[in-house]
Amino acid sequence: MEQIISIVVQNQPGVLMRVAGLFSRRGYNIDSLAVGTTQTPELSRMTVTMEADEPTIIQVVKQIAKLPEVEKVKVLPPASSAKRSMAMVKVHAGEKRIEILRLAEVFRAHAVDVTGESLIFLVTGDDAKLAAFVNVMRDYGISEMVQTGLVALERGDEHLGVEESRYEWPVFEENKAV
Amino acid sequence: MKLTGAEIMVKCLAEEGVDTIFGYPGGAILPFYDAIRASGTIQHILTAHEQGATHAADGYARATGKIGVCVATSGPGATNLVTGLATAFLDSIPVIAFTGQVNKSLIGHDAFQEVDITSITMPITKHNFLVKDPAHLAQTIRLAIQIAKSGRPGPVLIDVPRDVQTATIEYTVDKLRPVREVMPDQKLVDKACEVINNAKRPVMIIGGGVINANGEYDAMHLCEKLHIPVVSTLMGLGAISAYRSLFLGLTGLHGHEKANNAIREADVILAVGTRFNDRVTGDAKNYTQGKHIIHLDIDPAEVDKNVSTGLGITGNMNITLNLLEKGTKEHNLDEWWNLIESWPSNDEDCGSAEAPAFFKALNPVIKDKDYVITTDVGQHQMWAAQNLRIQFARQFISSGGLGTMGFGLPAAIGAKLARPEAKVMSISGDGGFKMTGSELFTLAQYNIPVIAIVINNTGLGMIRQLQTVFFEERFMACELSPCTDFVKYAGAFGIAGEHVSTPEALASAVEKAMEMNAPYLIEVNIGRDNMVEPMVASGSDKFINSYVNFKK
Repeated sequence: MEQIISIVVQNQPGVLMRVAGLFSRRGYNIDSLAVGTTQTPELSRMTVTMEADEPTIIQVVKQIAKLPEVEKVKVLPPASSAKRSMAMVKVHAGEKRIEILRLAEVFRAHAVDVTGESLIFLVTGDDAKLAAFVNVMRDYGISEMVQTGLVALERGDEHLGVEESRYEWPVFEENKAV
Repeated sequence: MKLTGAEIMVKCLAEEGVDTIFGYPGGAILPFYDAIRASGTIQHILTAHEQGATHAADGYARATGKIGVCVATSGPGATNLVTGLATAFLDSIPVIAFTGQVNKSLIGHDAFQEVDITSITMPITKHNFLVKDPAHLAQTIRLAIQIAKSGRPGPVLIDVPRDVQTATIEYTVDKLRPVREVMPDQKLVDKACEVINNAKRPVMIIGGGVINANGEYDAMHLCEKLHIPVVSTLMGLGAISAYRSLFLGLTGLHGHEKANNAIREADVILAVGTRFNDRVTGDAKNYTQGKHIIHLDIDPAEVDKNVSTGLGITGNMNITLNLLEKGTKEHNLDEWWNLIESWPSNDEDCGSAEAPAFFKALNPVIKDKDYVITTDVGQHQMWAAQNLRIQFARQFISSGGLGTMGFGLPAAIGAKLARPEAKVMSISGDGGFKMTGSELFTLAQYNIPVIAIVINNTGLGMIRQLQTVFFEERFMACELSPCTDFVKYAGAFGIAGEHVSTPEALASAVEKAMEMNAPYLIEVNIGRDNMVEPMVASGSDKFINSYVNFKK
């Protein structure tokens, strides 16, 4: 089944490669990956999605937790987590421009670029919604598209807080809290 | 105090009490070498090859439990560390490797002797660092050492660009906050005690993790109290003295029949510091069938990784073993022991080949002595593991996980420098000795009294054995003709040696060499047809006591 793994890591050089490398060398496939900074400048958060059964996902989480930069790792409960990805879709728009814009409204997609020939839509949602949007737009001609990995947070008061990191890492100038 | 980066590297090693490092110089690491020379506090051992330096650092760490340190230059120097780091990684040995790197401004330009060694070694180190900011150098080295030693140990590489070594920065002696140690869950310990107390046919497996945790006495107290039979993996040899009556022998694909039979018949397995490698279990599903497995390990990821366990307890090994000792009761296992006694003894099951006798002949020579024995990989390694009766932890040093040929001799150099008072001997095959035998140069240069034993069967014996069993004697690339004269080879380095062809001659040669204060080589000439018995066909779906029959 589809698993969503949320990982809080020290924002050290090479950390993305370490996490991604761990998946490939242990024989796991990443379906999607999203990385970004957090409210604490020296911490980043990654969201990884993958297909895995129960024993596999337990082993994956244990292996990730072993990486020295990893502070917290958790499999998010799919039913009680907020999940979004984002896609930009460039659609060929000739005389059917109005029709396309109406359809986009149904998906709450915004046009972020308009030319005589095409429109770029920005759409957010879970993977099913993005797939549906792409399917609808396919008929009008998609010239290119790009999609982010899924980001997710558990709903409610639960959080992956880090009170004290495991190791004392060197703090890089650019990560120093202002 | 203002110091150069190179001086800080030396200072940080001194903070840790490091007095010996192994390495090979090159352009990008020369500032560090200059600082080592100036300091006078660190002995640098120049090896013949960087691989030798990593194995020596590894042997140093295994013989003492302290970190072993090796150093190499950028590019080819760094890539030559790869096999040694992987060896240390698979056996969880705390090794620190310093590599020089090209100047920061040249990184990414395919400069002379530039390789991205942190990317290359990422999967075979516990962690690694490229230090770009001189201000981070000291803290990074301290952190590297802390990571190498804490939890499940492992190698850590620190890549230092040349201009970081020459930069001048402020240095203050400092300590990092200690790493929090994980303690065992008392509820799980209680459950484990209950299972052990109700066991009819319990067996304890000792692995390398016991030695890494210096837990051999805690393990011994527990098994003595319970009067429980003990078997050992290759990495655990010595943690329990082979002379103890509770010790059944080596388990695994070349394990003693008694040890493997005990595993098969057991209802409860208490596995301590072992990761159930495929060379230990054979088919993992068959292995666990009908058994309750209690798995103690420092690393939570090892629980349920290779075999599914009934109960996994992670955390400090010594404390876990002590808690188990407190919580368990001795109970009558006479019926179990009677069954065990009915199986063939370990002296009967190692086949009729001539080779095991050579190893058995060493037992009276080494018994109760302070010694360290290192091995390479192959037939001689298995004969050593089966037939040498190791008494103490850290006396038997072998490349278990990676199976690195050429490990034995350089590892012995490290062990001897770590424990100068101990008699140190390496046992290699002729194949492995051809790989790193050039480290005889290191023995000669520093007059390190290591006894290098070469079991010469003029071939790659284990390859020949596998081709005998699995390829119907279609031999290929396993015969090393003409016979190399390793005594003459040693002579080229000014090292004395002799040939022996009987077990008695080997025993007296070793006895004599132990009294010498110089390196010595003993070449043991045996035939090609020696097989390691017992042997379980690896990959077979049968249990680990289904042996290959060599008798025709």
